Amino acid sequence: MQKKDIGLATLVITVGAIVAMVNPRFLSPINLANTANLIGLFGLFSIAEAFVIVTAGIELSIGSVIALLGVIFVDLIASFGVPWPMALAVVMVLSVFIGLLHGWLITRLKLQPFVVTLCGLLIYRGVARFYTKDGTAGFTFGSNFPTLEFLVSGRTAGVPHSVVAFALVAIVAWFLLHRTVFGRHLFAVGKNAEAARYSGINTDRVIIQAYVLCAFLTGISAVFFAMYTRSVQPSSHGNFYELYGIAAAVLGGFSLRGGEGSIVGVVLGVILLQVLQNLVNLLGIPSSLNFAVMGSVILAGVIADTQFSRYREARRQQIAMSALEDSAKR
Amino acid sequence: MTQQSGKHISLELAGITKVYPGAIALNDIAMSIRGGEVVGLIGENGAGKSTLMKVISGAIAPDEGRIVIDGQEASHLTPARVNQLGIALVHQELNPFSNLDVTANVLLGREMRRGFFGFLDQVAMQERVAPILEMLGTRFGPKDAVSELSLADQQLLEIARALSINLRLLILDEPTSSLTLSETNRLLEVIRKLRADGVAVLFITHRLAEIADVADRVVVLRDGRNAGELSRSEIDKDTMVRMMIGRDVSQFYEKSDNVAGKPVLELNALRTSAYPHQSVDLCLRAGEITCLAGLVGAGRTELARAIFGIDRIEGGSIEMDGQPLPGNSVPAAIAAGICLVPEDRKGEGLFLDFAVTENIAMPSHAALARRGFVDAEAVTRLAEESRKKLQIKASSLNRAVAELSGGNQQKVVLAKWLAMNPKLIILDEPTRGIDVGAKAEVYHLMQELAGQGVAILMISSDMEEVIGISDRVAVMCRGRITGILSRTELTEENILRLAVE
Repeated sequence: MQKKDIGLATLVITVGAIVAMVNPRFLSPINLANTANLIGLFGLFSIAEAFVIVTAGIELSIGSVIALLGVIFVDLIASFGVPWPMALAVVMVLSVFIGLLHGWLITRLKLQPFVVTLCGLLIYRGVARFYTKDGTAGFTFGSNFPTLEFLVSGRTAGVPHSVVAFALVAIVAWFLLHRTVFGRHLFAVGKNAEAARYSGINTDRVIIQAYVLCAFLTGISAVFFAMYTRSVQPSSHGNFYELYGIAAAVLGGFSLRGGEGSIVGVVLGVILLQVLQNLVNLLGIPSSLNFAVMGSVILAGVIADTQFSRYREARRQQIAMSALEDSAKR
Repeated sequence: MTQQSGKHISLELAGITKVYPGAIALNDIAMSIRGGEVVGLIGENGAGKSTLMKVISGAIAPDEGRIVIDGQEASHLTPARVNQLGIALVHQELNPFSNLDVTANVLLGREMRRGFFGFLDQVAMQERVAPILEMLGTRFGPKDAVSELSLADQQLLEIARALSINLRLLILDEPTSSLTLSETNRLLEVIRKLRADGVAVLFITHRLAEIADVADRVVVLRDGRNAGELSRSEIDKDTMVRMMIGRDVSQFYEKSDNVAGKPVLELNALRTSAYPHQSVDLCLRAGEITCLAGLVGAGRTELARAIFGIDRIEGGSIEMDGQPLPGNSVPAAIAAGICLVPEDRKGEGLFLDFAVTENIAMPSHAALARRGFVDAEAVTRLAEESRKKLQIKASSLNRAVAELSGGNQQKVVLAKWLAMNPKLIILDEPTRGIDVGAKAEVYHLMQELAGQGVAILMISSDMEEVIGISDRVAVMCRGRITGILSRTELTEENILRLAVE
């Protein structure tokens, strides 16, 4: 665990403790399970976002992809009677295709990630709304899919399966980012793409892989959200989710300049954001202030972080200067 | 003309000394220049030309010495004060604002306003700029976009900018290093015109022919001292070269007699993107240190980048061990045993925020990994071995590489490539900005590698270093190899002659 993560964990525990003290309902099994479920759901695409941000990129189309793939998933099953494993496969293939497309536009056509994914945000949302003629894609009344529902929205020993999925994805992501060569290359490309090229890293391929991975996790997330809401209203489903993801990653120590961050951090970031949401509800703060609270906490966190790195920079300068003086004396 | 005070400048420098920790940049320099005079300033890299220029332009203060301008001692020169005195400097690296037009660039910071809201007075600004451009005989007008100007035109733009402020002394730092012959002639014409108008021009260049062409007087610097002065009638190329060198190459360099083995790298009619119409043929042999000499902009770095697969090649072929490189990419080059220590250590060679270990292991990760997982133990072992072998001085290998000195940073870059067991190692300005001790270590390492049969290609602008360490020197000028010198033919004079054509 990095120092940043410990700081964030302390913050999560402190905020949690304060909420619990003010309103003991925070610790009630129902509230905990619900909050955990939301953490799981939002966590999946936040990790996705983190993989792109670490390469100094950004993915703004997550919310729209969740809406589009959600609509397709539900509609394939409800209107076309496609068996759900098939529908799931279709959604995953589509998500990979979206990732490849973004990666290709960014690396081969040299477009800026912000622009590419902003256009994605607009296009996928529009297509989703057109597809349902701005209606809601939902399952016909009374239909149920026991296996799918158990897998995606069920619970085992009171633990929502979204949390289980999030935990599994987080563990795999942790190994991938912090223990594999691919992870090292992600950090290298994000920190200094030129030096990465000079080190023989195929930077284009690494970036494409990051976007594909991001889209793939977003696809999984889309299925979870579709089954959570059971019906997908394409004009509002998943709105602003990309911003939740970015916020969680930034809180978790990912720099938008790339090359920095940890999976533990983004997991804690997701938890903090959901606890804050919960805090707004439980403490009787008008829910209209929801975003304002979240924004303030992120701002405070980022300010604290930059102050810390400025201090680190100053110390480094000092070390370099004293080393220079030493060598001058010799 | 825009000259408000028609008075010619007179500038005298006496006893100028500037000391940096561990190095004396300027040692008791004297020189003078007057309005209506063109003075050439020449010397090798590191002779103190740019430091002297910075002193005159007020960028740095000398530790000792007097600067007398118009008969008055100017003790505290600042860039702003220098501007008021009518002294302007045109840097070698041009940085025009390519997003603005010519007028905006020329009058940047001195824009004219009109009316209550203080909007820009475009018309008045263009009217002010137009006569300056006319005087310079530029092919571009005040409304043209700077992004479309050639390098030579950008140079003229800088001069126009200087002229817009009551110019009395113009300092040009290697203005022709990236110009074509006709562009150079146009610039020399402008210099003559300025001289006729009573402006003093201090002209720094490596191109001795230009000096002979335009200068009234030449000041030669060597190792931070005055090495002599030549008047108009005394200027000739051979004399200038002799004055610039005039010293023995120190015993700093160890020369072992490397025996050149079989060919490792062969370039056949290779054309790079920098000079797509020039082709390069070169053969590098195992155990041989070949140096690529030449002036800045001769295409040396670009050649290295092309071999290493950073830049696409425009034509020709690269063969390693008699086999053509499969594809023009960095991974292919590395797989074939080619390594490059880049010129821009911080931008291209290192991840400054990453730990020393991480930097050393970066290209080796894939090879050391077990099923894609980083082998932390092997990585640490590699870093420790490298530290021992190259004597990298770092308090901990987990420290960010940014905290190391320049010399140790360079050793980290070398270490990351030595771990790959290269057959050919290309070093682009490997000793730039590192201290003497580290330099010696780099030279020692190069000899050791050559002894092990590695082919070495070093790009260097440091003549002393080139002569001291190479077995063979290939001199480049404007994209092509103008000559290859063997050990016995290696003199600074020969190299310079080939480098300036």
